[in-house]
Amino acid sequence: MPVQDLKGRQVWQRRSGRESLAHWVMWLIGVAVFAYCWQQISASTTWFFVWDAPRIANDIWTRATPPRWEYITQLGKPIWDTLNIATLGTLFALILAVPVAFLAARNTTPSVYLVRPVALLIIVSTRSINSLIWALLLIAIIGPGVFAGVIAIAIRSIGFCAKLLYEAIEEIDDTQVEAITATGASRWQVMAYGIVPQIMPAFAGIAVFRWDINVRESTVLGLVGAGGIGLQLSSSLNVLAWPQVSLILLVILAAVVISEWVSAKVRGAII
Amino acid sequence: MSDVDLRVGKPWKKPPLVQRTWLRWVLVIGVIAYLVAAYMTIEVNWSRVYEGLERGKKFVLAFTDPDFSSRSTDIWAGMIESIIMTVTSSVVGIAISIPIALGAARNIAPLPVYLVCRSIIAISRALQEIIVAILLVAIFGFGPLAGFLTLSFATIGFLSKLLAEDIESMDRSQAEAIKASGAKWLQWINYGVQPQVMPRLIGLSIYRVDINFRESAILGLVGAGGIGATLNTAFDRYEYDTAAAILLIIILIVMALEYISGIVRERVQ
Amino acid sequence: MLRLEKLVKTYKTGDQALKAVDLVVPEGQVLALIGPSGAGKSTLIRCINRLVEPTSGKVFLGDINLTGLSTGALRRERRRMGMIFQEYALIERLTVMENVLSGRLGYVGFWRSFLRRFPQKDVDEAFRLLDRVGLAHMADKRADELSGGQRQRVGICRALIQDPALLLVDEPTASLDPKTSRQIMRLICELCNERGLAAIINIHDVALAQMFVQRVIGLRFGVVEFDGLPDALTPDVLTTIYGEEDWEATIEKVDDDSEVAQ
Repeated sequence: MPVQDLKGRQVWQRRSGRESLAHWVMWLIGVAVFAYCWQQISASTTWFFVWDAPRIANDIWTRATPPRWEYITQLGKPIWDTLNIATLGTLFALILAVPVAFLAARNTTPSVYLVRPVALLIIVSTRSINSLIWALLLIAIIGPGVFAGVIAIAIRSIGFCAKLLYEAIEEIDDTQVEAITATGASRWQVMAYGIVPQIMPAFAGIAVFRWDINVRESTVLGLVGAGGIGLQLSSSLNVLAWPQVSLILLVILAAVVISEWVSAKVRGAII
Repeated sequence: MSDVDLRVGKPWKKPPLVQRTWLRWVLVIGVIAYLVAAYMTIEVNWSRVYEGLERGKKFVLAFTDPDFSSRSTDIWAGMIESIIMTVTSSVVGIAISIPIALGAARNIAPLPVYLVCRSIIAISRALQEIIVAILLVAIFGFGPLAGFLTLSFATIGFLSKLLAEDIESMDRSQAEAIKASGAKWLQWINYGVQPQVMPRLIGLSIYRVDINFRESAILGLVGAGGIGATLNTAFDRYEYDTAAAILLIIILIVMALEYISGIVRERVQ
Repeated sequence: MLRLEKLVKTYKTGDQALKAVDLVVPEGQVLALIGPSGAGKSTLIRCINRLVEPTSGKVFLGDINLTGLSTGALRRERRRMGMIFQEYALIERLTVMENVLSGRLGYVGFWRSFLRRFPQKDVDEAFRLLDRVGLAHMADKRADELSGGQRQRVGICRALIQDPALLLVDEPTASLDPKTSRQIMRLICELCNERGLAAIINIHDVALAQMFVQRVIGLRFGVVEFDGLPDALTPDVLTTIYGEEDWEATIEKVDDDSEVAQ
């Protein structure tokens, strides 16, 4: 593989003797692990299906084209729901992420040893679990529907937004905060005058960035029953209505592209 | 002094963010109208939500007493499968991303190659993992192969784009110096380009491993292998303690990966 | 009016920035604090308004011991001490007017300040001050659109609108060109005279200090080495302040010396 050669060569220049040997052993172990993993995948694959894949792909393609354009009339409401899930979810997430970020940032947290770890735990746990899993969980708890989708997106986004925001808070210019403190301002005034104006651009950027991601994620939430256009996708797949599936995929693609464009434009305007 | 005399005694207001009055009002009213409309279309069955609170409490409590044992074989098998998918897809994805990233950097690649590579990236980024997984499961059948392919494909879009951007912003003179020594193309890449982008490549790769693991946890929902299937079953059966156990494992692995990536990134830079 | 008694600051790293500093500043006196980098000049003025918490010793502003105050009482006393910073420390994304009015934060409640509804007399005073420093037409500009000298003028307005009895000035000219430096120093000293304010000015540039102030304090390794009139700053005195066993510092001293001679 070219990469390994490249990497090997680069490192080989720098090291000699035992280091070089250790390096090759590491590569060997790496290759062995990869080979083992591949074997595992291979073992649980029905290779007959794989050899048959081109035919099946071709089959699906012929069934899926042309898309059933008239179906688009039924997609208005699901698209609207998807947009709402993304927007409201982002909104809730931001409202919750701001206090978490302030508690997690080293320079604003009330207590480095008590509060900060809790805030970091919230950030890590909400971030490491995908919104689809949150949606599954919320559907089990509060039942299927758009509301579960909104909450799932909101929870998933808290960690993401809070992480970026607390990094922004930790990077602020301390002398500006000092200057406001020196005027005799209260804790909250220092926050409102010294810190908030400094993180405002970062905050706006994060909000738009996350909204863009959330539009993507909310298009598939319906697969598990949490509302939006994914619901249509799921039901069309269940009845193997491929022309509808292809239309929905096109609509999702358009939504993703548009949201990315909007987000890029807004971020460009802020910065 | 006249300037002051004019202004003293008059109230002062912060200049508004949006200068044009009508535009400001249009924006404010638009936002409020949207929020109201959005709120109206969300049907919340509050009694259902209220009932759900009890189950929510049970779920939260399940985190204090997660059940690793009763479905340990399923969890174990699912986790191993997720990890296997992560490893293979990361290796293959990264290996493929590098040539594509080179092709997608305008300062290295000729225009036709550039366009081809950029469109590969665009397609990969526009399609979400879960949708790709659905299609690949339909084509290749259930199992981790579909998951592996999905994650490899997603890795390409992510890594190639960021790496290409890094290559495009690299220091020209260093690369030119190598070229001036009469190096062949591959040598030029190896000596002129690679050293400059290596730290970023390693950082991004580890970050992508992290993402691949997280994504591998959901691919099982559509039959593409990994821990997701087990998790889905646990939720379907309202086995919150098993679900909590799985989520805890995921969180722990992600934390460990983040910790490792922090160390590696520090060492590389 | 300001009295420091045995003020000590030891940082967590073990560095003793101030070693039992005693200092009395009478009402209306403008004094310059000189000394090499790391002598504890910045620490000293930050210990006075407790931006840096002193390790021991007392700071009296009038009759009140600042070191013993609770947070709330400290905030009230901070209003009587205006501070001017080296890098201006303006809130760059706010307008000039908001920056000036932020000097009144200690006097108005949170919501009032949050909604930018400052009392009319504060707004009037802000305009008067801006006009005094020649920036009235800039009131609605954002602070990051201003030049260095203009920013420092806004910083001065922010300190003065507090209606302070004492100005704490930390390297006001370090980021400015020589001409602007003089203008800013002159402005600070004029304003102190007009309003009868006492001021402690941390300053690197000995010549500039001599030009404007009534009294000079030389600080070295956290100890007051010199306290006297600007004219008494002889080369020997500078040697004691800036050190002679340190060769580089001695060379620097010679440079300073030549400047003084000019």
